[in-house]
Amino acid sequence: MNVKELVTLIDGTLLNPSANLMREIRGGCGADLMSDVLASIQPEAVLLTGLCNPQVVRTAQMADVAAIILVRGKVPARETLELAEKEHIALISSPFGMFALCGKLYQAGLPSLERSVNSPACD
Amino acid sequence: MSPVSESQKKPMTDQDAENITRTEELAYELKVEEVMTKDLKTLAPDATMQDALEAFREERISGAPVVAKGKLVGLISMEDLIRCLRLNDLAASISDYMTTNPQSIRSKDPVVEALKQFAATHYGRFPVLDEHDSLVGIITKGDLTRGILAALQHDYHEEEVRRYRASHLFEDIESDRSSLILRYNIKKGDFVLGGAASSKIKRALLRLGATPQIARRAGIAVYEAEMNLIIHTTNGGVIRAEIEPHQIAINAYDDGPGIEDVDLAMRPGFSTADDDVRELGFGAGMGLVNIQRCVDSMRLESIIGKGTNLKMKIFLPNQEVMGEGFGQNKES
Repeated sequence: MNVKELVTLIDGTLLNPSANLMREIRGGCGADLMSDVLASIQPEAVLLTGLCNPQVVRTAQMADVAAIILVRGKVPARETLELAEKEHIALISSPFGMFALCGKLYQAGLPSLERSVNSPACD
Repeated sequence: MSPVSESQKKPMTDQDAENITRTEELAYELKVEEVMTKDLKTLAPDATMQDALEAFREERISGAPVVAKGKLVGLISMEDLIRCLRLNDLAASISDYMTTNPQSIRSKDPVVEALKQFAATHYGRFPVLDEHDSLVGIITKGDLTRGILAALQHDYHEEEVRRYRASHLFEDIESDRSSLILRYNIKKGDFVLGGAASSKIKRALLRLGATPQIARRAGIAVYEAEMNLIIHTTNGGVIRAEIEPHQIAINAYDDGPGIEDVDLAMRPGFSTADDDVRELGFGAGMGLVNIQRCVDSMRLESIIGKGTNLKMKIFLPNQEVMGEGFGQNKES
């Protein structure tokens, strides 16, 4: 699934025009704790989060996240939007909640890209 | 652009294919007005062919629009002038020799329209009209080539150029041991800028030819360390990244307050961060644990009242060294 298809699937609004709509999404990860994201997420995942500050984008950039979904129709801070635009990472707002979104994406065939705390190293 | 005959065809490399696609895209994206010549030499229909000759010579042009009362009435070209010279008729007025009702093109048309017109006719230039039929420029095949080349050059991936340059950094510098040191000052409490240094380090590593995996590991580790400096220090701190072909050594150090119990700080889930920090998605006591997982070696030294120094190292295997020209073929 690419970013464009993702936006349609979740009735989302793409907030930054610089995003690459063709970028392929390999799976998903839902978390509000950025340290958790950094510890567990595998590359090219979509990140579902309720956190709206610039750290979400920074985290996404460090962890090679393919797209960010803000749950429950949340609107990000201006700094967050500007950073996402600068770094070309898709920032999408969806009216659905975290639980519903995870379900939708999982049902659409996206696997979980969250690793267990017991897995040895980051890659 | 124009169709290529069989005999001119050469085997196409991936790079060729990429550029051709972009050229084709540009033909649709660029407008005629972006590539046309705007600084126009125009001639009046009642001027003489001698005037045309002088104008062509002085301006080093081979054709010009003929304009009366602000409207385009014709086009005079070198061919018309040659015809006139053969008849020894330089005193005649331009209107006798010009092409009347010349084929024109709209300024807002995409360049591909001009390409089509050049391909379909034998003309060397077209006058360019705006939406009010006023003459605003002239376009030649040379303008097209220059315009497209300039646009191609402009958007030739700047990042790739940077990456190519940086990926050879260490090749031509001889020493027993060369390294590149990057330093970033991190301000206490600057959450909006938090991660900016890590972002720059990650980008630098990619440009130097690090694999995406190495850059990601370093990025995550240094980002956690950067957030620690922002959250926990008295006066902020410094991130120092020393990059060598075979290793990346990153130090994050500060001048206080220092960590009371280093072993306790290393324990997963232990944190002294307050609720404000937790609201930012940090302060869960996972930072140091996370760093440890991403780097090959980590040492945390701290003295209460003096400061903390977190030393991280990532080692690069032989086939993944940076800055020695191997990076250019790697995927990002």
